[in-house]
Amino acid sequence: MTKDRARRQLLIDNLRPSYLKMLASRALVRGLQSGFWRRVSTSSAAWAAHTHDVDVVDCSVPQYNNRLDTPLPDVPFVRNLSAEQKKLKEKEKGSWTQLTKEEKLALYRLTHELSFAEMRQGSKEWMTVLGGVFIFLGFTGLLVLWQRIYVYGDVPATLSPESVAQQTQRMIDMRVNPVHGFANKWDYEKKQWK
Amino acid sequence: MISAAVLRGIGSLTRARAAFTAPLAVRCYSHAKVETDEEFDSRWVTYFSKPDLDAWELRKGMNTLIGYDLVPEPKILDSALRACRRLNDLASAIRILEAVKDKSGPHKEIYPYQLKKVFVNWLGFSTSLLTV
Repeated sequence: MTKDRARRQLLIDNLRPSYLKMLASRALVRGLQSGFWRRVSTSSAAWAAHTHDVDVVDCSVPQYNNRLDTPLPDVPFVRNLSAEQKKLKEKEKGSWTQLTKEEKLALYRLTHELSFAEMRQGSKEWMTVLGGVFIFLGFTGLLVLWQRIYVYGDVPATLSPESVAQQTQRMIDMRVNPVHGFANKWDYEKKQWK
Repeated sequence: MISAAVLRGIGSLTRARAAFTAPLAVRCYSHAKVETDEEFDSRWVTYFSKPDLDAWELRKGMNTLIGYDLVPEPKILDSALRACRRLNDLASAIRILEAVKDKSGPHKEIYPYQLKKVFVNWLGFSTSLLTV
């Protein structure tokens, strides 16, 4: 009896709205992360502390960050050292001339995720963005073209060449803008445009 | 290193003298004493030379120094690197050199000049490591 009640309570607990909302937001983050927008969907701090693929980032403690204006971040990038990493750290206490180049690089990468050169390098994402913009502009142009052909009716008859000729003749006869404008450009003696 | 603040300070000193002759055209600059370049440098060298400097103080000092509108003098850099050695922190030493190189921006001649003055060989790496 009590086992059934406990099971029912557990089901209700798992279906309550706040829990579902949390699951939905987690699913959204996972979906974003598995796709193209991985770097955009998580902050760089969360990304950097993400060394062991954890779901939540503790924002109440100092976090690692890659910044050009803060060369020495609050915490090292790799915090949980394996056995050989700990040995390397011990070797660091001795003379640094004894370390090989690989060991020095390994020590650097333990404390820092990206070097200054890597931070500065930038990406080719702007080409993708620009290309996408042009594709959508082109598609919009096609839509506008379709609309022009299939939605709009004919233009008024007054825009036909004969009608425009008649209109122009009338404007000349009326002496429209005779000082600096339209009729000023018509030579009334020679009956032609100046 | 001539910093922007020092230049402004020098400007204010010359203007303060003009105040006695042209009271209408005076600007109200602060009359605080302006720190000279040498005082600035020695203050930072002393900061990093503290024998029991801890990691937090090293980070704080370095991040503050990089925040200034100047490239640190070689003697400050040397003092900071020695502090890294005392703290057994090779990664920070490399990072500091990278940061100073980055600070010089388009003036590519500053970093080699500093490396000549700072004897990096005792740290045990050549500068080619820093194309990492």
